[in-house]
Amino acid sequence: MKAFTMAAVLAATVALPSVGMATDLEVTHWWTSGGEAAAVAEFAKAFDATGNKWVDGAIAGSGDVARPIIISRILGGNPMGATQLNPGKDADDLIAAGLMQDLTELAAAEDWANMLRPASQLASCTVDGKVYCVPVNLHSAQWMWTNRKVFTDLGMEPPKNIDELIAAAPKLVEAGIQPLSMAQGWPVGLMVNDVLVAQAGVENFVKVYKDRDLAIAGGPEFGKIFETLANIRQYTPADKMVPQWNEAVGLVIQGKAAANIMGDWAGGEFAVANMVAGVDYDCLPGLGVTPVLNTGGDVFYFPKSSDPAVTEAQLKMASTLVTKEVQVAFNLKKGSLPMRADVDLSAANDCMKKGLEILDGSTAVFPNDIQMIDRDSLNQINDLFTEFMANPDMAAADAQAKFVSIIEAAPK
Amino acid sequence: MSNTSPSVVPSGAKPKPFITPQRVLVYTVLTICAVFFLFPLYIMIITSLKNIQEIQSGNIFIPTMTPTLDAWEKAWNSACTGLYCEGVKVGFWNSIKITVPSTIVSIIVASLTGYSMANWPFKFSEVFFTILLLSSFIPYVVMIYPLVIITRELGIYSTLPAVVLVHTIFGLPLLTLLFRNYFASLPQELFKAARVDGAGYWQIFFQVFAPMSVPIFTVAVILQVTGIWNDFLFGVIYAGPTNYPMTVQLNNIVNSAQGGKAYNVDMAATILTGLVPLAIYFFSGKYFVRGIAAGAVKG
Amino acid sequence: MDRPNPLFRNLNSKIASLPMMLIVMGVFVGGTLWTVLFSFTNIKILPIFTPKQWIDGFVGFANYKRLFNSDRWMSCPAITKIGQESWQFKCTGAMPNMITYAILAIIIMISLGFLLAVMMDQKIRLEGMFRTIYLYPFALSFIVTGHVWAWIMSPEYGLQSAMRQMGWESFSFGWIADRDMVMYAIVIAGIWQGTGFVMALMLAGLRGIDEDIWKAARVDGIPAWRTYIQIVLPMMKPVMVTTFVLVASGAVRIYDLVVALTDGGPGISSDVPSRYIYQNFSANLGQSLSASTVMLLSMAIVLIPWIRMEFGKKSQA
Repeated sequence: MKAFTMAAVLAATVALPSVGMATDLEVTHWWTSGGEAAAVAEFAKAFDATGNKWVDGAIAGSGDVARPIIISRILGGNPMGATQLNPGKDADDLIAAGLMQDLTELAAAEDWANMLRPASQLASCTVDGKVYCVPVNLHSAQWMWTNRKVFTDLGMEPPKNIDELIAAAPKLVEAGIQPLSMAQGWPVGLMVNDVLVAQAGVENFVKVYKDRDLAIAGGPEFGKIFETLANIRQYTPADKMVPQWNEAVGLVIQGKAAANIMGDWAGGEFAVANMVAGVDYDCLPGLGVTPVLNTGGDVFYFPKSSDPAVTEAQLKMASTLVTKEVQVAFNLKKGSLPMRADVDLSAANDCMKKGLEILDGSTAVFPNDIQMIDRDSLNQINDLFTEFMANPDMAAADAQAKFVSIIEAAPK
Repeated sequence: MSNTSPSVVPSGAKPKPFITPQRVLVYTVLTICAVFFLFPLYIMIITSLKNIQEIQSGNIFIPTMTPTLDAWEKAWNSACTGLYCEGVKVGFWNSIKITVPSTIVSIIVASLTGYSMANWPFKFSEVFFTILLLSSFIPYVVMIYPLVIITRELGIYSTLPAVVLVHTIFGLPLLTLLFRNYFASLPQELFKAARVDGAGYWQIFFQVFAPMSVPIFTVAVILQVTGIWNDFLFGVIYAGPTNYPMTVQLNNIVNSAQGGKAYNVDMAATILTGLVPLAIYFFSGKYFVRGIAAGAVKG
Repeated sequence: MDRPNPLFRNLNSKIASLPMMLIVMGVFVGGTLWTVLFSFTNIKILPIFTPKQWIDGFVGFANYKRLFNSDRWMSCPAITKIGQESWQFKCTGAMPNMITYAILAIIIMISLGFLLAVMMDQKIRLEGMFRTIYLYPFALSFIVTGHVWAWIMSPEYGLQSAMRQMGWESFSFGWIADRDMVMYAIVIAGIWQGTGFVMALMLAGLRGIDEDIWKAARVDGIPAWRTYIQIVLPMMKPVMVTTFVLVASGAVRIYDLVVALTDGGPGISSDVPSRYIYQNFSANLGQSLSASTVMLLSMAIVLIPWIRMEFGKKSQA
C-alpha cells in the first residue's frame, strides 16, 4: 500500500513537468516468487540509486495473463514505464504500431553490440536495424535433472543421458520410483522439444522451426524421435502428472521420482533444498545427449511516453540494467546467465558454469523458439505435444503428421 | 391477522411442533449436503494451520497435531507480491473502493431496467431485452479491448469510474433478467391497484415493489459483491495501478510460478480474501426471511 | 381527443432504461460487431479498429476454417465396430465438453438447488448456518479452491489413496486423470461452487409467493409436497427461467474451474471453448474472435426462438 499510495501522491503532486527531477517508473513483470523477487530487488535498488524510483507492478502468472493487460494499458493511453515481455514475435505488432521507445542511440553509445552476448539475443530486440528492448539474462530449457541418491540406493549408476534413463526405467518402476516426473501443460511441450533437439541435433531443429523444412519435420529421423516419445509416454501417465512444474522438480528432490526435464530455473529449487550439483543431483544440458542450449531470456521494453522526463528515466533504466554490477547481482539471484562476458561469476554453481562453457565455446547455442516461430503456432505445437503425451491412442505417425501441418501453416 | 409478525415468517409449509419423520428427513438431507459443501473448507483450514514440511509429507485429510497461525499472519501481513512484502491487506481498501460503488450502481441501473421491462414496456424494449439476454453469453475477454477504447474516449481510463462502469456493464444482463422476472412474478393486482390509485413510475417502484423485493435485492447483492470482489482482470486493466484490488495480491501470492509452493499461505490468503463476501452472505441472510405477507401491502 | 406523442409514453420508464439502452447499443452490439468483423482478419496481438486496417488484414473465412479443422475445438470420428455397419460418432473437443458440462450442471444444480431451498423453507432451526454453508463456495476464488479439489480428486494424494490407506483396497476414484471421466470431475466441483447460489435464488422466489396461496392450499387439505409441485413450482416459473439463464450462461462460459482443476488435461481432453478463446486472445486475436463468434452464434440459434416464445407474448398482454 505504502509504495502504491506514495507513487500516487507523487504522481499527483509532481505530475507537472519535472525535468531533471526524480521520475517514477512503473515496471510490470511476472516475477513474483522468492528468488525472482530478490532478483528484481537488485534492479530496483540500482535504478533507485540513479535518483529515480522503481514502482513495482508485478502481475504473476506468465505472459498469457500479462500480455492483454500490458496491451490494454498502452492502448488506453496510460502505459507503464517499462515492461517485461517475451522477445521476438510477441512484441512485433507493438513496435510496428510505433508504441515502443526506440533504444538505438543508447545501444550505439554503450556499444551493446559488442558488450552483450550472444549476438542472437540483441538481434531479437532489433527490428529493421533499430533496438527496442534490453536483454537482461539468458535462460536455457534443455536440462535433465536427476537425483543421484535414487540410483545409488538401488545399486545403479546415475544416468548420463536420457537414453540411459529410459534403459533404467523398468527397474525404477519395479522399485516404486517414477522414472520421469512430469507437470501438466507447457512442461510437456518443453520436454518434447528438448528430446527433439537433443536427438535430432541443433541444425535439424533450427531447420524445422526457423526454415520450416518439412522434409526433415516429416522425415524418418523425426519419426524415430516421436517413437521414442511414445515410449516415454508410458512412464508419465495422467494420474502421475502434477499441476505445477516446481512440484515435478520437488518429486525428484524428495526422491519419489528419478529425473525431470526442465529449464535452468529448476536449479533454484535444488538450491533451496540445500542440494549440491554433482554431489546430490546432476544437471545434464541437452539431456546429456548433445550439450546444446537455447538462448531464451528475459527482456524489458519501454512503451513510448510523451513526457520527456519519463523517456529520460526509461533510457536511464535501460542503461542501468546492463551494467556489470547489476548483471552479476541480478543473475546470481535469478539463477540465469548474465548478458555480459566480462563479469566475475566465481559465485556461480556447477550447473551455471556448465551453461557458461557451452555458451562461450560452441556452436551448440540456438535461438529460443519464440524467436523462430510465432506464438500462435507455438501454442498449437504445445497443444499437440500435451495431447500426444497424454493420449496412448495417438500413434507416433499421427502426431508427426500433425506437427508437420502446423509447421507448414505457420506464417513466415 | 392471526400472525403477529407476518413480515419475518417464512412462507413455507405449516409449522410442525414436534419431531416427525419428515423433519428428520429434512435435517438429514441438509446435513449430508452441508458435509459435502464443507469438506473442501475443512481441507483448506487444516492445510493453512500446517507448516510446509507437514504439507509435503503428510496426508491432506489429517489435521496437524501442532497447529500454527503463522501462515495466516504471513498471508495478511508479510507475504510477498513482487517487491513488496506486505501481504493481502494492501489492496483491502481498494477492493472496498471498487466493490461498494460498483455494486450499488449496477443494482440501481439493473433493478430500474428490470422494472421497466416487466411493468412499463415500451416500443423495442423487448428487442433490447433479447440482446441483453444474449449478451450474458459473451465471453468477457473479447470485450476487453473495445472497452479500453470506450473508457479512453470517455476520458476515464485507469480510474475508479472506469472499473465501476465495466462492472455495471457486465452485471447488467443477468441482473436485469433477475429483477425483470422477479417483478413479473409478483402479484400484478398490486401494480394495477397502485396505478388506479394514481401512483406513477417512481412511486410504485419505491413504495410498492422495492419493499416487497428484499429477497431478490439480497440475491443481487450476493451476486455482485462476489463477482466484483473476486474480479482480477478488470481491476488490473481498468482501475489503474493506484487502485489495484486485493485479488492482485492474492493472484501474485498464489500464482507465483517459481519457488516451493506455500500452500498453507495460499489457503489462508484465499480465506482471508473471501471474508468480506462471506460476512455479507452471513449478515444479509436474515433478509431472506422476509416474505410477501398478503395483508401487509393490502392494508 | 388529444393523443400524446408516443415518444413520451412511459417517459419515466424510458429515462430509467436509458443507461441500459446506451450499454446495449454502445457496448454489447458495438463490441459484438467488432468481434464479428475482425474475426475475418489476421490480427494477432494488437487489436485494430479502423476500416483501413480491416481491409488490409482481411483473410476471409481462414480463421473459421482453422477452427473447424481443429481437433481441439471439435472432432467427431465415427466409431467403427468390426463386423457391423456403424453410424455412431463420438465427439471430443472443447465444444462437446462444454455441452456435456452445461447439460449436467443445469440439471443437477437446479434440481438440487430447488430441493435445498424447499427444505430451507420448512421453518428449520439454524437456517442462517445452513445457508452460509451452501453459499460460501461462491465467495472463494477458484484459483485456490481449484487446487483443493484437484488434491481431493487426485488418485495419488486424494480420496482414493486415503480410502485405500484405511483398508478399502479396491476403492477407486481417478476421474480427474481419466480422459473419459474428467468432465464429470469438473461437474462435481461446479456443483459445489454454484448450487448455493441457485438455492438462494430459489429461496428468494419461494419467499415471494403470496402467503394466501399457502392458506388456501391448507384449507383445501392439499399436502405440502403437492402444493410445492402443483401450485408453487408453476408460480415460480419466472425465477426458474432466471436461474436457468444464470446457470446456463455460467456453464457456457466456464473457464476458471477448468483452468484451476485440470488446465484442460489430461492432454487436451477437458478443454472448453472459453479456454480456447482466452489462450488465443493473447496470441492470435483473429482466431479468438472467430471462436467467440461461433459460440455466440450457436447460443443465438438456441436462444432466440426460446426468448421469443418465453418473453414475446408477455409484452402483447
